[in-house]
Amino acid sequence: MFFCGLIQTLASTKSDPISPTNIFAPDSTPANSLYHLSIFELEILGVIFVVVFSLLAYAVVKFRQRKEDDSEPPQIYGSNQMELAWTVLPVLIVVVLFLTTAQVIHRVQDARRPEGAIEVTAVAHQFWWEYRYPQYGLVVANELHVPVSDPSHPTPTFLGLLSADVDHSFWVPRLAGKTDLIPNHPNTTWIDPHETGIFLGQCAQYCGTQHAKMLLRVYVQSRDDFDRWVHDQQQDSAADPSVAAGRALFVAKGCFACHTVRGVMAIGRIGPDLTHVASRETIGAGSVPNTPENMRRWVHDPGTFKPGSLMPPQDLNDNELDQIASYLMTLH
Amino acid sequence: MASEAIPLTIRKGPLAVVYEWLATADHKKIGLMYIVYALLFLVIMGIEAILMRIQLAHANSTFLSPQVFNRLFTMHGTTGVFFVAMPILFGFGNYLVPLMIGARDMAFPRLNAFAFWMTALGGLLLYGSFFAGAGVSQAGIAPDVGWFAYAPLTATAFSPGHSTDYWTLSLLVAGVGSIAGGVNFIATILCMRCPGMTLSRMPLLAWMNLVMGGLVLVTISPLTAAQLMLMADRYLGAHFFDTVAGGSVVMWMHFFWIFGHPEVYVLIIPCFAFISEVIPVFSRKAMFGYPAMVAATVSIGFVSLGVWAHHMFTVGMPSYGNAFFVLTTMVVAVPTGIKIFNWLATMWGGKIRFATPMLFAVGFLFQFLIGGLTGMMLATAPFDWQLGNSYFVVAHFHYIIVGGIMFAIFAAFYYWYPKMTGRMLSETLGKWHFWLFLIGFHLTFDFMHIPGILGMPRRVYTYEAGRGWETWNMISSIGTVFQAVAILIFVYNMVSSYFVGAVVGNDPWDAWTLEWATSSPPPEYNFAVVPSVRSRRPLWDLKHPDDPDWKYE
Amino acid sequence: MSATGASMAANDAAWDLPSRGRVGMYCLIVAESAIFTIFVVAYVFYIGKSLSGPAPREILHVPIFSTICLLSSSLTIHWAIAALRKGKTAVFGVFWFITLALGTIFIAATAREWRHLIYQEDFTIQTNLFGTTYYSLVGLHASHVIVGLIGLAIVMILALLGKVKREQSERCEVFSLYWHFVDAVWVIVFTTVYIVGR
Repeated sequence: MFFCGLIQTLASTKSDPISPTNIFAPDSTPANSLYHLSIFELEILGVIFVVVFSLLAYAVVKFRQRKEDDSEPPQIYGSNQMELAWTVLPVLIVVVLFLTTAQVIHRVQDARRPEGAIEVTAVAHQFWWEYRYPQYGLVVANELHVPVSDPSHPTPTFLGLLSADVDHSFWVPRLAGKTDLIPNHPNTTWIDPHETGIFLGQCAQYCGTQHAKMLLRVYVQSRDDFDRWVHDQQQDSAADPSVAAGRALFVAKGCFACHTVRGVMAIGRIGPDLTHVASRETIGAGSVPNTPENMRRWVHDPGTFKPGSLMPPQDLNDNELDQIASYLMTLH
Repeated sequence: MASEAIPLTIRKGPLAVVYEWLATADHKKIGLMYIVYALLFLVIMGIEAILMRIQLAHANSTFLSPQVFNRLFTMHGTTGVFFVAMPILFGFGNYLVPLMIGARDMAFPRLNAFAFWMTALGGLLLYGSFFAGAGVSQAGIAPDVGWFAYAPLTATAFSPGHSTDYWTLSLLVAGVGSIAGGVNFIATILCMRCPGMTLSRMPLLAWMNLVMGGLVLVTISPLTAAQLMLMADRYLGAHFFDTVAGGSVVMWMHFFWIFGHPEVYVLIIPCFAFISEVIPVFSRKAMFGYPAMVAATVSIGFVSLGVWAHHMFTVGMPSYGNAFFVLTTMVVAVPTGIKIFNWLATMWGGKIRFATPMLFAVGFLFQFLIGGLTGMMLATAPFDWQLGNSYFVVAHFHYIIVGGIMFAIFAAFYYWYPKMTGRMLSETLGKWHFWLFLIGFHLTFDFMHIPGILGMPRRVYTYEAGRGWETWNMISSIGTVFQAVAILIFVYNMVSSYFVGAVVGNDPWDAWTLEWATSSPPPEYNFAVVPSVRSRRPLWDLKHPDDPDWKYE
Repeated sequence: MSATGASMAANDAAWDLPSRGRVGMYCLIVAESAIFTIFVVAYVFYIGKSLSGPAPREILHVPIFSTICLLSSSLTIHWAIAALRKGKTAVFGVFWFITLALGTIFIAATAREWRHLIYQEDFTIQTNLFGTTYYSLVGLHASHVIVGLIGLAIVMILALLGKVKREQSERCEVFSLYWHFVDAVWVIVFTTVYIVGR
């Protein structure tokens, strides 16, 4: 009963008061399927637990040795009927659970991609996320934008999952179960969030030093907002003349070798695409709020926020840091 | 009286004593060395755990750097499986199996010593990594790739230096020791039983060590093979797990878990053995359904070889692949559940004496039940797609390893310590140990399920505030204090009782298997006259000549 | 509580248990089989998956002669032991020596093949997936043959010193189980590498 109550408490809707990553607060069809199967199973297992625990508790109390009673109790070596019964019953439970499980596996994993589905290729890196939208010619980083999906006319997002280095895992609990991103082993997953808002998650397969701060942020937007976002991201980078010095430094100091800024230099693939970096709420794969001060500190030495990040500290003096940070903050 | 052991007192200098232990091939001494070695590592492992729990008690804590934390969880897991659990179980098995089957030693005493020293060397190699120089870019120290060391994180590109090699080599060496131990258990149990002890009259402990030995042979070897492949990749330029050359890192996962899953059955099956000896004696009843217990154990051994990919449900296997492993994993739960019912039925109608061994055995039953049920949840692949690789899994396997295995081991300690030393452990301290450890265990691991449900992945050195995880992590961390105090009490109990514990004769518990037919501690040759038996409980037959077991079996 | 009391109505029938040496050797064989299985699985899985470099049929020559040598050595070791059981130590010595020689020929032929592959074909464990799996599988087997040869050599020396007699035949037979195992593994490796994989 405690456990059922616990589940009741944990199960919630909308912006979850208990946790933004609560698996019992699903908001997308795959997460929902998993949730319903889980509840069904918890009910069965709950009954098993109550029955066996009660028998154990009863035995412990009822069959204690009474004081001064040294005699041996009747020796019972077995009982074919009982043993048969408690073999057959578990087998039946297993059959039921297996069949329901197999059905859900098939429904989620083998789901067909409808027309109008958004396609995203997610490439995991140590320790950030790259997202490519082949339908729109977009490459962005760390903040995934998808349109909300109306259950009557679903517009799910199907994600191809790749890795540029080691194993990672894409886990946004309220939207879907986790699926791994493994080099040389492409995977797919899909989500169809029913409500707008931001959904959190993080990498769920140990991938090195900063596995803990490889966070996921999924922005579910209305169709209009999503289309507007796509359009904005498709533009080349802003060319604000007041930060021309910073832009020149971006090239002169070699930042472009890892980072692409479309319209300036577009060859850097090792680090996140920075074309619209100022449009993101966070940097460092969700781990650092995107403010001018933080941007400056990050560029100076990412290790102050994320020790073990693969971006090395930059050899820049104060003035250069100011200029580059100002430049980056204009890239909306 | 010709078979009573006559203790010989010969003065020995300290060097002679040391040599005696270093060079011994006596299964009892080797067993004790395994156990003491494991207890040392248990303390080290506990300290590693406490450090990690301090770091995780708060969000965004800076108590430990990510590099140190990642090494800690790697070492904690590797130590726990290979240098605590395996040696302690091999130790008890070594000590007890020959005694319980009426033999004078294991089948291959010198191989036995070799196996122990290989395991010991493995542990030293692993911990030697802490002392190895930092090397290039801090890369020469303790491994930080997780205890399952997934490729390609272990490739030289992502793990430069030698830290990973310490992991690989120490386990290769220890693995050889384990396989040697497995060979020894099987040969002993099949070839050294005393007259009259057919396989169906063996104590359940012997059966379970037989199955465990068989499992060891086919489970450690795949790990050895995979590690040879890893070394080839790292040093000979091979491409087993090199994705650039078209290699598959999923293959590492398959090979590792083909080892990894049966391995946990290697760990739990001897614990089933302890429980199967303790519960009957303290309930004063014969084991209920001995044939079913044997059949269940053997079938667990076989089925456990076919469940491994339930550790890989999120890897992207096709749906029918996932479904297959759901089925096999759920199937293995059936014989496991049956054993719980058999133990319950043994207690039922008995006259239960709640000495410390029985307290731990009951704790085992309760916790193993829960751990088994959370295991069923994880076996359900879609549920695992949420719960896998989260703190729910960490809670589940610690429930089995600490709540199951450790509790069974404590029961074994309190039960057989008198046989090994000739003195009883203090019951008072035992009860303190039990209750404190129980409270600490439940504080830490019950509440650990919740962060998993709320989305907290494992192997994270820190976490964001505002996820709803802090309170539960804090409670889990507090639980470690109780466990640490309980372990200290336990260690104190073991040391002090050696000197001041109540002296006992052959059979302080009024038990029924052959180890209680010789002195405590037994003489080096175990039995002056090799016994001969007619039932599963030879001492019951002697104590109840009017109502012996062999009339009913 | 005396243990002698437990032997009250003991079975008078002979108490026959298997021999430790045999059981131990079978266990070792099981463990080694598991290791080989993993390497064979890796080999089979990677068939046709190399991204570059030579393919098996381009550079592998089927080692018929050395295979015949190795497999016949199982026969000769069997005859050696049969002779020893009857106390015919000289015959034993001859057949044992032939076994050792045949095994050595096998290793020498493997070494020759590898020398050719490495120096003439520039084909090593690093070349591609085929190279990795080929050298590791064949190499693992060869290392087991070498261990067997060392054992054979030790027994050969002891036999020349006159220390191997009928009483040692059981031990020699246990050792021969290992040798038969090595030959059986070669059948599997040969089939995998030179038939299935080509």
